[in-house]
Amino acid sequence: MQIFNRSANFIAKASIVGLVLVVGSLLGLLTTANRWSWVNNQRVVREQPIQFSHQHHVQTIGLDCRYCHTSAETSTFAGIPPTKTCMNCHSQIWITSPYLEPVRSSFRDNRSLRWVRVHDLPDFAYFNHSVHVKKGVGCETCHGRVDKMPLMLQENSLQMEWCLDCHRNPAQYLRPRSEIYTMGYRPAESQAVVGARLMKEYHVNPRTSCSTCHR
Amino acid sequence: MPGKLHRLGVLSAVVASSVLAGACRQDMHDNPRYEPLEASTFFTDGHAYRVPVAHTVARGSIRTDEHLYTGKIGGQLADALPVAATPELLARGHERFNVFCSPCHGRTGRGDGMVVRRGFRRPPTFHSDRLRSAPVGYFFDVMTNGFGAMQDYSAQVPVPDRWAIAAYLRALQISQHATVADVPAEKRASLDAPATAEDGAGEHAEHGAAGHEKQGH
Repeated sequence: MQIFNRSANFIAKASIVGLVLVVGSLLGLLTTANRWSWVNNQRVVREQPIQFSHQHHVQTIGLDCRYCHTSAETSTFAGIPPTKTCMNCHSQIWITSPYLEPVRSSFRDNRSLRWVRVHDLPDFAYFNHSVHVKKGVGCETCHGRVDKMPLMLQENSLQMEWCLDCHRNPAQYLRPRSEIYTMGYRPAESQAVVGARLMKEYHVNPRTSCSTCHR
Repeated sequence: MPGKLHRLGVLSAVVASSVLAGACRQDMHDNPRYEPLEASTFFTDGHAYRVPVAHTVARGSIRTDEHLYTGKIGGQLADALPVAATPELLARGHERFNVFCSPCHGRTGRGDGMVVRRGFRRPPTFHSDRLRSAPVGYFFDVMTNGFGAMQDYSAQVPVPDRWAIAAYLRALQISQHATVADVPAEKRASLDAPATAEDGAGEHAEHGAAGHEKQGH
């Protein structure tokens, strides 16, 4: 007497293949899920109290990054400018614009503007902004073409694999200190030559041990 | 076979919980501590830090050097730098001038920066007789306390950089009011070399300096 239908042979084989496929795609999902932009916020524009345009202030007006981000070269944190920095110019320019009313009321009432932080590394990763600037990492390398961003967004994933890409081989990204703040920088010679030379000149020896960043 | 079924159940529970755990990652991303400038609900002003009482002096940083910190000697504006005038100081001043001053004053100091072109009150040119004869401490004082429509830059530009900018301003004034005779004989040949994009002053070089001085007032 036969208990199983003839098709049971096929179902048995198919279920083996199916199991491999399901487990495989679950594992694949686990490894790629962290790279999705809804997880790491890459290239996601966040709503801010004011629609501040870096494109206008950097590209059109020609302000240097350091005019506002004064501690980028000296501190672990590049700094968000106080309202007073806005008022250096906006005490006279666009003084009736309704868009800028939050800036004026912030200055009047001495209440901080509540900007939404765009580049926020996880708290278990130690990061020092100034050392990266001093060692020849340009603004653009991590932050992208800020001069072409009407609204600020996070250009890169800021995930560990992204950090390690440069820490393992910084020569592919380094630029001379005179070009740190240049947007759209192109090396005069091949990047491999420039990068290797700058690594020696600036004593760039990034470490990749766990405790370098997870201290 | 209940044993195998049980094991399969455990396995799927482990897989499911590891997938769901991905959603809990923010717990460790945001530790219960404040980052610089992070907002707090503890104080009514929303700051996580307290502002020191006015005129607080941090240990070891009392500012007794009148010349260095006010640009004055005995209450009078000083006409000397409190630091050594070196090529490095001028290079630093050049860089900082272009970052903090050129948006209004322009890279040549004629008061035609981009912010002025967008409607800010035009500052006087640095190349007038009045400012050429002003003591160097005057520029430090204006940077520290502001002047007219110009806000103070004491928070954005630290004291050593303010002196570097003041020193560079003097060099800029001399450069715009010099004759060929002021250039050392061995350097004169380089005057005829074509300008580079780095100079940034190409468009101004065509205009006469005298015409700009009239506009400046």
